[in-house]
Amino acid sequence: MATQKALTLLDTTVGKKAALAVSGVVLFGFVIGHMLGNLQVLLGPEVYNAYGAGIKDKPVLLWGVRAVLLISVLVHTTIVLELYGKSVAARPVGYKVKRNIATSYAAMMMKYTGPALLVYIIFHLAHFTFPGVSLGDYDHVPGDVYANFLNAFRIPWVVAVYVIANVCLGFHLYHGAFSMLQSVGLNHPRYNKGLRNLMRGLVFLVTAGNVFLPLTVLLGLVK
Amino acid sequence: MARLMNLVLNVWRQKNAKDPGGFVRYEAKAINDHMSFLEMLDVVNEELAHKGEEPIAFDHDCREGICGACGMVINGVPHGPAKSTTACQLHMRLFKDGDEITIEPWRAAAFPVVRDLMVDRSALDRVIQAGGYVSVRAGSAVEANALPVSKPDSDQAFDAATCIGCGACVAACPNASAALFTAAKVSHLALLPQGAPERADRVRKMVAQMDAEGFGHCSSHKECEAVCPKDISISFIAKMNRELLVAMTSAPNEVKTRTK
Amino acid sequence: MQLDSRAPTGPIEQRWNDARFQAKLVNPANRRKYKVIVVGSGLAGGAAAATLGELGYNVSCFCYQDSPRRAHSIAAQGGINAAKNYQNDGDSVYRLFYDTVKGGDFRARESNVYRLAELSVNIIDQCVAQGVPFAREYSGLLGNRSFGGAQVARTFYARGQTGQQLLLGAYQSLSKQIEARTVKMYPRTEMLDLIVIDGVARGIVTRNLVTGKVEAHTADVVVLCSGGYGNVFYLSTNAKGCNTTATWRSHRRGAYFANPCFTQIHPTCIPQSGDYQSKLTLMSESLRNDGRVWVPKNVADLQKDPKSIPEADRDYYLERLYPSFGNLVPRDIASRRAKDMCDEGRGVGPEVAGVRRGVYLDFSDAVKRLGRDAVAERYDNLFQMYERITGENPYEVPMRMYPAIHYTMGGLWVDYNLMSTVTGLFVGGEANFSDHGANRLGASALMQGLADGYFVLPVTVANYLASVKPGGVDESHPDVKRTVSEVEGRIKQLLSIGGKRTPESFHRELGTLMWDYCGMARTAAGLKSALGKIPELREQFYTDLSIVGSGEELNTMLEKAGRTADFFELAELTCRDALEREESAGGHFREEHQTEDGEAKRNDEQFSYVAAWEFTGDTSAPKLNKEPLNFEYVHPSQRSYK
Ligand SMILES: Cc1cc2nc3c(=O)[nH]c(=O)nc-3n(C[C@H](O)[C@H](O)[C@H](O)COP(=O)(O)OP(=O)(O)OC[C@H]3O[C@@H](n4cnc5c(N)ncnc54)[C@H](O)[C@@H]3O)c2cc1C
Ligand code: HEM
Ligand code: HEM
Ligand code: SF4
Ligand code: F3S
Ligand code: FES
Repeated sequence: MATQKALTLLDTTVGKKAALAVSGVVLFGFVIGHMLGNLQVLLGPEVYNAYGAGIKDKPVLLWGVRAVLLISVLVHTTIVLELYGKSVAARPVGYKVKRNIATSYAAMMMKYTGPALLVYIIFHLAHFTFPGVSLGDYDHVPGDVYANFLNAFRIPWVVAVYVIANVCLGFHLYHGAFSMLQSVGLNHPRYNKGLRNLMRGLVFLVTAGNVFLPLTVLLGLVK
Repeated sequence: MARLMNLVLNVWRQKNAKDPGGFVRYEAKAINDHMSFLEMLDVVNEELAHKGEEPIAFDHDCREGICGACGMVINGVPHGPAKSTTACQLHMRLFKDGDEITIEPWRAAAFPVVRDLMVDRSALDRVIQAGGYVSVRAGSAVEANALPVSKPDSDQAFDAATCIGCGACVAACPNASAALFTAAKVSHLALLPQGAPERADRVRKMVAQMDAEGFGHCSSHKECEAVCPKDISISFIAKMNRELLVAMTSAPNEVKTRTK
Repeated sequence: MQLDSRAPTGPIEQRWNDARFQAKLVNPANRRKYKVIVVGSGLAGGAAAATLGELGYNVSCFCYQDSPRRAHSIAAQGGINAAKNYQNDGDSVYRLFYDTVKGGDFRARESNVYRLAELSVNIIDQCVAQGVPFAREYSGLLGNRSFGGAQVARTFYARGQTGQQLLLGAYQSLSKQIEARTVKMYPRTEMLDLIVIDGVARGIVTRNLVTGKVEAHTADVVVLCSGGYGNVFYLSTNAKGCNTTATWRSHRRGAYFANPCFTQIHPTCIPQSGDYQSKLTLMSESLRNDGRVWVPKNVADLQKDPKSIPEADRDYYLERLYPSFGNLVPRDIASRRAKDMCDEGRGVGPEVAGVRRGVYLDFSDAVKRLGRDAVAERYDNLFQMYERITGENPYEVPMRMYPAIHYTMGGLWVDYNLMSTVTGLFVGGEANFSDHGANRLGASALMQGLADGYFVLPVTVANYLASVKPGGVDESHPDVKRTVSEVEGRIKQLLSIGGKRTPESFHRELGTLMWDYCGMARTAAGLKSALGKIPELREQFYTDLSIVGSGEELNTMLEKAGRTADFFELAELTCRDALEREESAGGHFREEHQTEDGEAKRNDEQFSYVAAWEFTGDTSAPKLNKEPLNFEYVHPSQRSYK
């Protein structure tokens, strides 16, 4: 028998899922905060630009957060690749007829909404942040977040991309928020219901907020 | 009064592990609605034998829904359409004349097909061998009432302990995960004081074995719970996960990685 | 041969203690050198293999299922007895011993039964320590119920799944030993013969059910825990794979078969619904606590909706015949009266082979008296199971019940050490004949299997091993090779018949014969006619059997044929034993021997013995050896339930 090394947490699928959940929670937390920040766009250019500038003013915080986010996305993605490699191998011959009776659409779509989010994040960063490009007939002005926002979301296809992406996010989190509780073992017959409802509520708010934001310009709420 | 029906079956036939296998179509005539699903297959098999064809092989023993031997995917659902019911306890009154029924074996890399609808589930035995027990030498047990167990804990342990090891959870899971099976045993023993001394080692070894056997991970699809003939709840999967995280981060000793 | 029970003498409370002290021991360092074969992974085999492995012997364990966890013990519902006296209701080891001897209708060996009662308490300790989730009270302490008419509540239970939970406990201990490499498990492997060299058991011949490979496994001792033979009746509550092959083949190699006619019938099983029926399902006896048994008084009402039959036209025959015990009369009485009703033509339910076999078990009064919720709380899971199988809702329509074969008290003869008449062949669990006499009390089979496996065999097998040198024979011994080739020859023979009938159809026909002539009520004339018909059918089996496929692959028809072949021979012996035993005792009811009220009439003068049958050859009659039974403590008395 080959000599066996000590088992570590990340050797196990359960440990991997826990790491996936933790990275997911970090990203979840970020999108909540990010949405709240972005909703300030409704309060006018001064407030929104000041919010943007406020973040940039604190480089330690900014780069700290960026690092955490980057690590989270990397961890999240790497683990997904590992786990799915294994689970595809776990059923080499599929069923001719397979009827799922309990899972949700959101759960079955995780493996598509996740990568879609990755593509979206890259697109989104390129669009607004690194380097920041104009997607239409306007100038991208670093620092004038409000103008960039207004100009970008005047373009219907950009709006469409954002809406679709954030609907994906909604689906991803609809299942993710429940699954994450399972993964880290948060489970108690008395609190399960409350906790799950709380998570679902948050997911709904984030999704609604994020889908609403790109539409604000076309709806005439941001001018 | 008995109702008779004619059915069309699409059954997976595979001579042995090496044979590629394929579906074969059979007609099941004059099936009585009081028959169990396996009795229906018995009738088909007797007819095949009369024609000199090899009968369809499937595992079964108790035919009471308790031994966990039987199991086949019936029209896309492990153990078939009735909730909390094994294939042997499924009765034909749930089907109607003219129905076409597709019957397939459990599909998972960890469950190679032995023949037709029979698969090798020894991977589940090895998960138990890795640590799914309390080490108590015959004769060394303390007086049974020396360790009271609160009724809620004992009832919950029982709920987990009713797993019959049929493997339907694996068959149903989109990832072919054995999380529910493993979690049931981990939880059963973790909930009882008798299981406490080996608690941390047990969960680590069992999860390591589960992974080594080539099952997929759990994505919380809940398919397992839905087809489980004993209604084992996926909250036990959460419990297993917590047990493992605690054990991995706090156990003073190490356990080794495991191989198949 | 003189049958020596090796039962110790002296005060009964001391016997097991003395026996343990006198047992020889094997040095721990030498244990690994001894090879032990355990056939069976049920309560008896699983417990024995785990415990012997734990002690350090080199154990191989065999079962025909794909996993040791599926042994038939898993199906036991009701519970397991133990003389813990947790209820303070006057129970004691002595009382359990007394009840068991009496319940067995004075056809069991007192020493064995006392040991069983004594060990019952250790079993509960052991199983609880393994994590068996027995029912508990709110105090956190273990709960008990009274079972099968016992006056004390001594039955430990785990919902309706006691056998399952106990077996999983044994299976887990076995798994630990497999992991520790002290036990090697051979699932999907069927024992087809016993290897006997110079009168000593030296191993077994098996067939790998997946590859078809026939192989010899040699050992220093063989322990058979292969379960009962109830499937000789085809329809029974036993699992489909239960068979007599291991015991019968050992019988042919010299192990005496004891009391084969002692078979037990369970009164409350779901009746057969058609001729395709593959097995019968037991419904817990507890149903008789609240359900009332009846059949219509008038034949004209048989097909009517039972609810439309007025009270006055119903015959609550158990309440009528046994006013004080009513619906709670013992299993055998309840069973025979149900048969009488159906034989009279007053049975209900579907007609199978021209007769309606079923009686109503009605809960409508219970629902009225206790309310639907209270009834649901007690029986809901059983009702659901019934509805799943029959499609009828017991809250609306009375249940239909009929007796079915459930357990076999007979089995290979063993001495006090559980060794058969073949030196080095031990037999435990339902496979042996020991502790239940002519009738087994409810919740006592699980107790016996575990007592044998955890506590008796580990001592007595060690005692035997201490007197033999390890590793006496290997696979190249000519007798080993001869046994293997005999097995191969038998398989070839079965495969080459080339007839038209399937093994299944023969087994079914044999079962019907047995049920009709050697079932609930037996007569000399019926048994004689069965003894004429069985060989005829067997003859046909060997000329008209058809098996599709080969022996070098997984072949369920071949497996079935081998088992059916052995059932044929056992069936004949069972009828012979039933004919020979000119009395009624426990599960054996001879119509010629009944009291005026139709109760079983024992004949202690002539039949207070164990009938141990010796195989003398295929063409000669088996020889009857008698082990006389002495009752020093519990004196035979006639029971009465009037
Ligand atoms: C429906 C039902 C309910 C019951 N309820 C109760 C109850 O409530 N209380 C109670 O005390 N008793 C009950 N009994 C009886 C009790 O369950 C059995 O008597 C007992 O479990 C037998 O255990 P065992 O270990 O002797 O054999 P089994 O559990 O039958 O095990 C036999 C083993 O031998 C193996 N085997 C058999 N033949 C071969 C072969 N040829 N080659 C290789 N392996 C072989 C099998 O694979 C299996 O592992 C019930 C029985 C039934 C049918
Ligand atoms: C804002 C970004 C993201 C958030 C908030 C997020 C959140 C989550 C959460 C909470 C989970 C549940 C974890 C668990 O089951 O324990 C999850 C799972 C998952 N994530 Fe993400 N995720 C994000 C981005 C991504 C990306 C970029 C990918 C693609 C590579 C991805 C792929 C997946 C997949 C496939 C799962 C399911 C894993 C499984 O099978 O259980 N996610 N995500
Ligand atoms: C529709 C909703 C969204 C809008 C309107 C929006 C808008 C913006 C804007 C305007 C910026 C640039 C801020 C700046 O340059 O200072 C930004 C940055 C960013 N957004 Fe979004 N965003 C949305 C959703 C998301 C989502 C769902 C994610 C994550 C998956 C995300 C991740 C990021 C990241 C990582 C940055 C870079 C922050 C940094 O500078 O480090 N955004 N977003
Ligand atoms: S958890 Fe349920 S489905 Fe899975 S093996 Fe156990 S009983 Fe079968
Ligand atoms: S279906 Fe599979 S994904 Fe998890 S919840 Fe059940 S194991
Ligand atoms: S045959 Fe035992 S559970 Fe189905």
